[in-house]
Amino acid sequence: MSSPKANIDIDRSVGDFHYKMDYEFDAGTGLTEKTIDYIVDVKGEPDWVREFRKHALRVFHKKPMPTHWASKDLNNIVFDNIRYYLSSGTTPKRNWEDVPEEMKQTFERLGIPEQERRFLAGVEAQFDSEAAYSNIKKAVGDQGVIFVGPLEGLRDHPEIFKKWFGKVIPTSDNKFAALNSAVFSGGSFIYVPPGVKVKHPLQAYFRINAENFGQFERTLIIADEGAEVMYMEGCTAPKFETATLHSAVVELVALKGAKIQYITVQNWSNNVFNLVTKRGLAMEDAEIKWIDCNIGSRLTMKYPGVVMKGRGARGEVISIALAGEGQHQDTGAKMVHMADNTTSNVVSKSISVGTGRATYRGLVHVPKHLKGCKNNTECDALLINPNSRTDTYPAITVRGEKNSLQHEASVSQVSAEQIFYMQSRGLTEGQAMSLSVNGFVNDLVRQFPMEYSVELKRLIDLQMEGSVG
Amino acid sequence: MSSLQIKDLHVSIGDKEIVRGLNLEIKKGEVHAVMGLNGSGKSTLAKAIAGHPDYTVTGSVLLDGEEMMGVEPDERSRKGLFLAFQYPNEIPGVSNANFIRAALQARLGEGEELDAVEFYEHLYEKMDLLGIKREMTSRSVNEGFSGGEKKRNEILQMMMLAPTYAIMDETDSGLDIDALKVVAEGVNAQRGPNLGILLITHYQRLLDYIVPDIVHVMMDGQIVKTGGKELAYELEAKGYDWLKPEAELAVA
Repeated sequence: MSSPKANIDIDRSVGDFHYKMDYEFDAGTGLTEKTIDYIVDVKGEPDWVREFRKHALRVFHKKPMPTHWASKDLNNIVFDNIRYYLSSGTTPKRNWEDVPEEMKQTFERLGIPEQERRFLAGVEAQFDSEAAYSNIKKAVGDQGVIFVGPLEGLRDHPEIFKKWFGKVIPTSDNKFAALNSAVFSGGSFIYVPPGVKVKHPLQAYFRINAENFGQFERTLIIADEGAEVMYMEGCTAPKFETATLHSAVVELVALKGAKIQYITVQNWSNNVFNLVTKRGLAMEDAEIKWIDCNIGSRLTMKYPGVVMKGRGARGEVISIALAGEGQHQDTGAKMVHMADNTTSNVVSKSISVGTGRATYRGLVHVPKHLKGCKNNTECDALLINPNSRTDTYPAITVRGEKNSLQHEASVSQVSAEQIFYMQSRGLTEGQAMSLSVNGFVNDLVRQFPMEYSVELKRLIDLQMEGSVG
Repeated sequence: MSSLQIKDLHVSIGDKEIVRGLNLEIKKGEVHAVMGLNGSGKSTLAKAIAGHPDYTVTGSVLLDGEEMMGVEPDERSRKGLFLAFQYPNEIPGVSNANFIRAALQARLGEGEELDAVEFYEHLYEKMDLLGIKREMTSRSVNEGFSGGEKKRNEILQMMMLAPTYAIMDETDSGLDIDALKVVAEGVNAQRGPNLGILLITHYQRLLDYIVPDIVHVMMDGQIVKTGGKELAYELEAKGYDWLKPEAELAVA
């Protein structure tokens, strides 16, 4: 049986444009203590932050690159060639009219202001190192919901910020968490007061415009007791010849009975190293759900996790990864059970096209002394071509007799006969592949908010259409 | 020119030639049957006409005078050719209704959008005709379908896509007599001056329900005999062996 032909050119061109900018603040190339002093001074941060960052820099230098288990491609990141801070000011605008022209045009091309009007409770739009725009609908703000950047968070709400910042993901967690802790800029700080249920999603959009640049946003979301919030993030960058680095840290805290849902649609251009640490802490009866879609980037390494610290806490990761020609999506989930009757669910679906490689890494940890814990893990891989690659590395330690675990994995391939069948009904080869891939992820996509499932379907269509000759 | 014309068609897979210089013309409005034993090349003929990528093909396939050689299978479909598969493929996660809708949408021009209400009215009407339950619209294409359900689904797609030439590959296989009658009724309802049909079968049974205008016998990749519908009965009574000398003659 021959296989559907696919060539190299993948078109996700919607984000592939950039503007020449004169940045007012530029920390220059390379990373030293001076870089950190520059960032701290521009931002006017307190001394404890300067110390926090400098400590993190030392940890970053000390930690080895994790190439003993992860891709050797990491060695191609030249930290000395990267610019760590670029901005035109540290205060985001509250009105789109006040946003500098090039930035405004960028976000308009990406449809952000329109989405805000249609269905969002608040939006933050980050351009390189700082948010250009940040606004929360008045009704939501009036409920006491805080939605700002980390700089405003640590400056204006230190009592909440300091309590949780760096507590879910410590600086020493991994090399890239340390890097982020050293040079973080932008991202979101969200606090939802007890019992407040934010009806519409809050959204952040991360845009990289500059070449040889690293974006290091830092997000901390705290849902107080019984609160509920949904946060969505999107991202794009223009395609440059040189590598771009994106290394975020996202910490979620769901206090007793709270619910946080965090949705990512990642569409970085194929020159971006996307190395992100995401973890949530779920207290008693709290629920944290990550919906993580990775379509773009050169190499993504991201394993959203939930630490279930309180009885009855629930953690969930829904992961969709599409690895196109030359891309490596190394994704997965971490579920750490630390209390009785905690339940976790991981569903991962990956698609590998051409030489694209999808890797699933999953960690499930249930210690012996707990009882009534449940984990369900399902990972399915779809291969489009015979040379496509998928790997699965589950690490499951479930001890004790009073806990249960289910693990299922499957690998399937789109057959040439299936494509021929669809073509014989009038669909082009690209449409046929798109339909197969959309069918494969359909049961997961149905869980998304409508706007995002439409967006994801469009991205899959673009990717699959572009993958055939 | 209103015909599906096959001229000196040779079809090989690897080094093996399966169809060896076949000629056939189906005029619009006619129903032809190609009968033959397993391995005579019938299914290969059907798939080659539809443009299956695995074959090396020479000769000519003319759709209303237009050459189809080198044309992609999807374009052949949009130009009015339909193949009802002997073994229809499953498409997990894609609902039957969405699949048919996508196929119809693929026939529209840029910016044109299929009317959803009209589509469903039309779909339900055809489903009722074929005795297909409504729940099938939301089930994944052919997934978990019985043999009979798959074949009915092929006829449903044919009705919805309204081709000008339809090739039906062993549509009778795997059908019990009741299902066969329903499928035949569906095909007969489509029959008319705007549709040419090529039925591929190795049993005469189907031809009791869909009565052909012309019957061809295929052996070793060639048509060895052509006749009226009575030829099918002759084959049923005498088997295929008596045609062997004619097959050898055709090769020589």
